[in-house]
Amino acid sequence: MAHYILQRLLYAVFVLWGALTVIFLVVRILPGDPASMMLGAGATQTEIDALRQNLGLDASLPEQYVSFMSEAARLDFGESLWLRRPVLDSIGERIAATGRLAIAAVILAVAISFPLGIVAALRQRGPIDYAVSVLSLIGQSVPGFWLGIMLILIFARQLRWLPSAGSQTPQHLILPAITLALPLVGVLTRLVRSGLLEVMHEDYIRTARAKGIAPHAVLTRHAMRNMLIPVITVLGIQLGNLLGGAVIVETVFGWPGIGRLLVDAITKRDYPLVQAAILFITTTFVLINLIVDLSYVYLDPRIRLR
Amino acid sequence: MSAITTAADEQIDYIPLTESDPGTRSRGKRRKRQIRLVLWGVPIIVFILIAIFGPMIVPYDSVTVRTGDRLKSPGTVLRDGSTAWLGTDQVGRDMLAQVLQGARISLLVGAATVVLAGLIGMFVGVIAGYRGGFLDSLLMRLADIQLAFPSIIFAIMIAAVIGPSVVNVIITLAITRWVVFARISRAAVLSVKEQEFVTAARAIGADAPRQLTRHIVPSIIAPLIVIATVEIGLVIIAEASLSFLGLGTPPSQPSWGQTIAQGRDYLNNAWWISTIPGIALCLVVISVGVFGDRLRDYLDPRMQKG
Repeated sequence: MAHYILQRLLYAVFVLWGALTVIFLVVRILPGDPASMMLGAGATQTEIDALRQNLGLDASLPEQYVSFMSEAARLDFGESLWLRRPVLDSIGERIAATGRLAIAAVILAVAISFPLGIVAALRQRGPIDYAVSVLSLIGQSVPGFWLGIMLILIFARQLRWLPSAGSQTPQHLILPAITLALPLVGVLTRLVRSGLLEVMHEDYIRTARAKGIAPHAVLTRHAMRNMLIPVITVLGIQLGNLLGGAVIVETVFGWPGIGRLLVDAITKRDYPLVQAAILFITTTFVLINLIVDLSYVYLDPRIRLR
Repeated sequence: MSAITTAADEQIDYIPLTESDPGTRSRGKRRKRQIRLVLWGVPIIVFILIAIFGPMIVPYDSVTVRTGDRLKSPGTVLRDGSTAWLGTDQVGRDMLAQVLQGARISLLVGAATVVLAGLIGMFVGVIAGYRGGFLDSLLMRLADIQLAFPSIIFAIMIAAVIGPSVVNVIITLAITRWVVFARISRAAVLSVKEQEFVTAARAIGADAPRQLTRHIVPSIIAPLIVIATVEIGLVIIAEASLSFLGLGTPPSQPSWGQTIAQGRDYLNNAWWISTIPGIALCLVVISVGVFGDRLRDYLDPRMQKG
């Protein structure tokens, strides 16, 4: 077990190092000079050179790499050129807002997809089972930004039930959370359904039933627990898509999270901020996957007892 | 294996596809299945025809501004006597022409990206799977690192650096999607390369290129085609999302994502600008998704639903 945990930790560190290197290389090696892009078309060569120096882009690539890595390790991302304040401060504020939105979406998705998936599995080929497959197809086919706009059109503009943009009240959370949750509902419901169908044919379920255990106890104590492993794996991966989706959803609903900060920073060509925002989103994703890997220790006795 | 390495973005595992046994299946039955599969492909063919011929019949004019015909609702007869069947946008451009032009861009980007990503992924995956050893580890760790980024975030990062154009969108999305193809190809090669027909080819003196091109690659094409249909839908959504954020197609090339973004400012008095391209987008993605499901069932008889 200790070996497994150590292995997962080292792997996460490796992936994080790789991701940092990719971010470093993309910004510096791809065509398009950050300094001239930041200043726009009207900039003189002296201005561009000054900014290059300011950003440390005039140093050699290995030198830049070393300082980039040491700054990232110290969480020192410099000053945002657009907000004129330390990048870390702006990101700290925004992460909380994205966290609230993501947690609300996950809770919503789990609350909808578990009951739906269970019913669909227990009443296979019934009307709910059919509705579930249509729902999951729609959930995966409707682009988040358009769904968000349609919800605004219907619930904010036409019916005037809910606010369309901002984050002041709990009501502001409803539409963005639904938009973010829908694709997750599609994936999770299908997974709960197929996982349960598979598990229910196992011998230990038959044994449990034969022992006379009540059907709901068979479901909750024997079937659900084993079904959770694939569900949690996929949930971990989907949280990455959720973070990506948050960029879009936050832009649609004017939600002050890190995704919208990233999009704004790109429009303002604020490279230190763009770099740091991508780094934070990626780090969060890697950490979530690490937590998922470590949760197997508790969920799967085969790992615990090894 | 870890959560990150076992599950690709969309949880696609390689399923070895087998030819249906000619002994158990009569020719008539097989013919029926083929016809049924083609019928499921009809909506896609219709969309392709619309994308090719639509803009020829209703040409799109990105330059002319007709202020007298601004924000007219669907079905309005315009000043020049023509009917705007899908209404007009904020500068009086015909929505039908815009949606048809958008279909061309969506399908072009979807197809070109999947072909490019598929070729890169297949090349990497086949080399990694066939050679094994250090090269294999190196290429697959590279894939792991890329999967540390939520795919839309990776696309945003590259698109922000190389700037908006149709070709750049294709390049960006191909870079974000090759990993799935690489993993599937690698897994397929690993399972195929030890089979008798490959060993036999090796035994009669076929060199590595000949084994690969004549024996291995042809037998892994089927799973790749299935993944490609799934990916087309995801790529079309990703293109629309990038264009929605202003990082996709340039303003002279109106893609659906861009038109939907423009319509956001006119939700109160012109709902159709955002709504109609979104419906078109969903219809295309759903028909591609449904066809992908049927194609997988067709190619792998064990996956058939009863």
